[in-house]
Amino acid sequence: MTSPHQPEIRQSATEIDLCAADWLQRRSFWKWSAEDQATFDAWLAESRAHRIAYWRQKSVWESAQRLKALRAPMTRPGGSIPPAKAKPFVLRVAAAAIVAAVVGTVGYRYLGSTSNNEKVYATPVGGRETIALSDGSRIELNTNTSLRVRTDKKTRMATLERGEAYFDIRHDAARPFIVDVAGHRITDLGTKFTVRDGADRLEVTLLQGKARLDSTDTSNPPNSAVLSPGEVAIATPQSVTVIRKPKKELDSQMGWRRGVLTFYHATLADAAREFNRYNQRKIVVVDNAVEAELIDGTFPVNDVDLFGRVAHSVLGARVENKGNDIVISR
Amino acid sequence: MAEIPDSGREEADLRPMGAAMTAAELEAWFVREVLPLETMLMRFLRRNWRDRSDIEDLRQEIYVRVCEAAEAEIPKSAKAFVFATARNLLTDLIRKENVVPIAAIADPDSVGPEADEPLQDRTLIAKDELRRLQDALDKLPPRHREAVVLGRIEGLTGREIAARMGIAEGTVSQHLKLGMHALTDLYLRDATDAGRRS
Repeated sequence: MTSPHQPEIRQSATEIDLCAADWLQRRSFWKWSAEDQATFDAWLAESRAHRIAYWRQKSVWESAQRLKALRAPMTRPGGSIPPAKAKPFVLRVAAAAIVAAVVGTVGYRYLGSTSNNEKVYATPVGGRETIALSDGSRIELNTNTSLRVRTDKKTRMATLERGEAYFDIRHDAARPFIVDVAGHRITDLGTKFTVRDGADRLEVTLLQGKARLDSTDTSNPPNSAVLSPGEVAIATPQSVTVIRKPKKELDSQMGWRRGVLTFYHATLADAAREFNRYNQRKIVVVDNAVEAELIDGTFPVNDVDLFGRVAHSVLGARVENKGNDIVISR
Repeated sequence: MAEIPDSGREEADLRPMGAAMTAAELEAWFVREVLPLETMLMRFLRRNWRDRSDIEDLRQEIYVRVCEAAEAEIPKSAKAFVFATARNLLTDLIRKENVVPIAAIADPDSVGPEADEPLQDRTLIAKDELRRLQDALDKLPPRHREAVVLGRIEGLTGREIAARMGIAEGTVSQHLKLGMHALTDLYLRDATDAGRRS
C-alpha cells in the first residue's frame, strides 16, 4: 500500500508484524548473542510501530503458553480422572509441617540437593535469608518459609512450599522463571514480585516488570491473570482476583525485607497475627473490645515487647507475660 | 539485615495511574486494554473503509497514535479513546484524499451499541482465553501448528524442533515466524472476522 498519510513508514503493517514475529521466534528458540540483542534493540528503538507490533506478537505468544494447561490431564500417569474436589489447603500445610521439623531452629539452612539440580532452602520462624542464583537472580525468604529451586539449561523452576518470598528475577526469554505454589503457577516475564502462601489464600504482589499467574490445579476451571506493577493477585483454589494497592501499602508490605513491620490503621488482632508469623513468643489478644483497636507504627519484626509497650501506653490495654507468651487484654 | 540496595528503583516504578508511564507499563496497558478491542476495531475499519488492503495499516496507525497519547497520559477509557482515534484518522484521510467512505463515520452508532459496555471481568476473560487460544491453534496450517506446538507447548528449542520434524533449521524458523504471526491475528480477532481478512 502506498500510504500518503504516513510517508515516513515504508514497510506495510503486515511486513512489520512479520518482522516482529521473526524477532520473537529468534529470541525464543535460537542462540541469541549480545550482537543479536543490540540489533533487536535498535529495531525496537526505530519506531513506535515496531515496538507495538512486537508487544502484540509477544502477548499472544505468552498467552499461548497457557495451552499447556489443556494438556495436563492427558499426560497424567495412568490417565486417571482428576479428583472432583480441590486438594484442601490443610493437606498442604500438613506436608509443610514435616519440612519445618527437619529445618530446626538455627538460622537458615541449605538443606542440600534432593535430585540432580534441585535445592531446598528454608527459614525458621523469625528467619530471613537471601539466595543468590547463578543467573544473577535473587530470592529473599521471609520467616518460616520453604522453597525448592531447580535450574538447568532449559528451565528455572521454584516451588514455594510454605511462607513468603521476594523474587528479583533476571529475565531470560528462553528460560522463564516459574514459581509453583498452592495450585498456581507464576511465570515471570522479567520482574520483581513477592509471593505469600497464606493459610487460606495465595498473594502475589508485582513490584516491577510483568508476571503471569495461572492456576495449575486441573480439578478447577483454569484461572489466570497478568500482573502489572502495583497489582496484587489474590488466589484461592476457586478464583483469582486482582487488586491495586496504593504505594504506601506496598511499601509497608515489603517492610519484612528490612526487618520491620509497618501498620497503618491495622486492628490489634491483625497486627498480632502478623507479629506471630515472625516470633516463637506469641502475642495473644484475649478481649474482643481491645482486638478491634487500631494501631499505627513501624516495629522491628522480633520486638514483641515494644509492641506490648505500645499497646499498653497508647491503647491503655493490659499487657502481661504468661509463660512464653504476651497476653493483651482490656 | 542489610538495606536493600535497589528499593529506590522500585519506588520509581510504582507511580499512580494517570501519571506518565514507563515502556513496560505502556506495554502492559496496551496489552491489557487495547488489544482486546482488536476484533471490534477491525470490524469498524472494514465497515468504514472501502479498500480492504489498507486495513492492517490503518489498524497499526491507530495503535501508534493511541500509544503516543498514552505515553503522556493514560486515557480513562481505552475503548472510547481507540475509537475516537480511529474516527479521527478516517476523517483525516477522507478529507485529504477526497474519497467517499462506505458509511458515515461520524455516526456514533457505527461502532455498535456495545461501544460503552464495560469489559468482562478478568476471570471470565481468562476462561474464554484458553478456548480461543485452542481455536486459533487448531486453525493454523498443519506444519506451522506442529512447530508452534513443539516450541510453545512441548518447550523444545529450535534445533530440537528441526530434529523432531526432520526439516532444516531455517525452515523451522519460517514455520515458527508464520505460525506466530497467524496465531496472533487469529487469536486477537473473532474467527469469522479473521476469515474475511484480505
